[in-house]
Amino acid sequence: MRPVALVGIGKTAFGAFADRNLSSLAVEAGEKCLRNAHAGPSQVESFYLGNFAGPAFVGQNHLAPYVSTALGILGVPATRIEAACASSGSAFFHAWTEVAAGVYDLVMVVGVEKMTSQPTARVSQILAEAGDCSGEMKVGSTFASLFAMIARRHMHEFGTRKEHLSMVAVKNHAAGALNPDAHMRKAITLEQAMAAKPIAEPLNLYDCSLVSDGAAAVLLAPLERAREFAAKPVRVLGIAQCSDYLALDQKADITTFPAVRRAGELAYRMAGVSAREIEFAELHDCFTIAEIVATEDLGFVEKGRGGPYAFAGCTSLAGERPVNTSGGLKAKGHPVGATGVAQICDLVLQIRGEAGARQIVRHSLGLAENLGGSGATCVVTILGAA
Amino acid sequence: MRSGIVYTETVIWSAPEAFAADVPYQTAIVALDGGGRVTARVAGDRVAIGDRVTEAEPRNGIPFFHKA
Repeated sequence: MRPVALVGIGKTAFGAFADRNLSSLAVEAGEKCLRNAHAGPSQVESFYLGNFAGPAFVGQNHLAPYVSTALGILGVPATRIEAACASSGSAFFHAWTEVAAGVYDLVMVVGVEKMTSQPTARVSQILAEAGDCSGEMKVGSTFASLFAMIARRHMHEFGTRKEHLSMVAVKNHAAGALNPDAHMRKAITLEQAMAAKPIAEPLNLYDCSLVSDGAAAVLLAPLERAREFAAKPVRVLGIAQCSDYLALDQKADITTFPAVRRAGELAYRMAGVSAREIEFAELHDCFTIAEIVATEDLGFVEKGRGGPYAFAGCTSLAGERPVNTSGGLKAKGHPVGATGVAQICDLVLQIRGEAGARQIVRHSLGLAENLGGSGATCVVTILGAA
Repeated sequence: MRSGIVYTETVIWSAPEAFAADVPYQTAIVALDGGGRVTARVAGDRVAIGDRVTEAEPRNGIPFFHKA
């Protein structure tokens, strides 16, 4: 396999944009990415789109060539990947395999979701279809309720407390307040986070990520050609995608995500690094408990200690290993199909030293973890300066 | 009727559109006495992890359990 580099990134702001459609968001991110790499659309040899539910949210299917042609990328393979909230992480993984295998040199990945044109109950229904609709979802579960059940069990087994969960929200809002592209740019107090209205007990409004519109894009190239496009290329050191059951009731232990553990182990092995060496991370905080469990599954902290680890500030911007310096899904926003690629863009910004007010001091080795559903898909990527 | 122990549970306050009229309602994963687990709705009193539950009449094809 050839070493692969990121040579361009582009993102829209995340938010609720009544005047923007799916195509305009995807095109904005894609064009910014091409400009960032000093490349033109005719140079792109293969195109991937990560998108979860375009057909349900905006009534458009066959989305990959719909977006690629709008970007002026004509004639080449254009492929959509759907893997729930890990759609664009998975698209990124498959784009990486093409470049690593030497099939193509220049491959673009765009992730996009346009969610806010639907009312909340309809959004919940569409998101619920990423669970097992023949079982757990048939009884009226929501994604919040699945993660709430994970939180309850984690609390029961390990003594994790509600304030541990809320501190994750406080931390990610603090980082999001420094991110000009974040959906929610508002710091909150622990008291506010604890007192919000319940969504699925013990999770309340501040434990849940946002329903957002947005898009993100990256351009991949073989490392040997990276400097044709980028002054500061970033190298993909390790990457893996793993899978697991959709339904929580089929898993032996719901306080851990086996797909995250395995993808982490494989990515660490490929990169030749240990969990201890990872300096910062973008983790999939679709709900606060998910970030706590991810810090455990990725080996940042021992099993069951993720709550106190977050509460002590170890994962804050000034902590020993900052997690979600972008604000995470919690504050940056969670346009489902855009999230995986957006995480990659946020790692690249830190590694290049371009993260502005939220720039951290140790920023040469970062990890992104993109989770689909309640753990049925996971993509872990490790990036470092090239 | 099946019976078992509550493995985990939650009370849902924000529902998908098909269940909006039921809010708030409790769901649980029940570890069945015969082995395996099932996700179900809870009828009657709220239950907690470790509670013993037995199956009630299903409604609209949805399994319900209540406190034993």
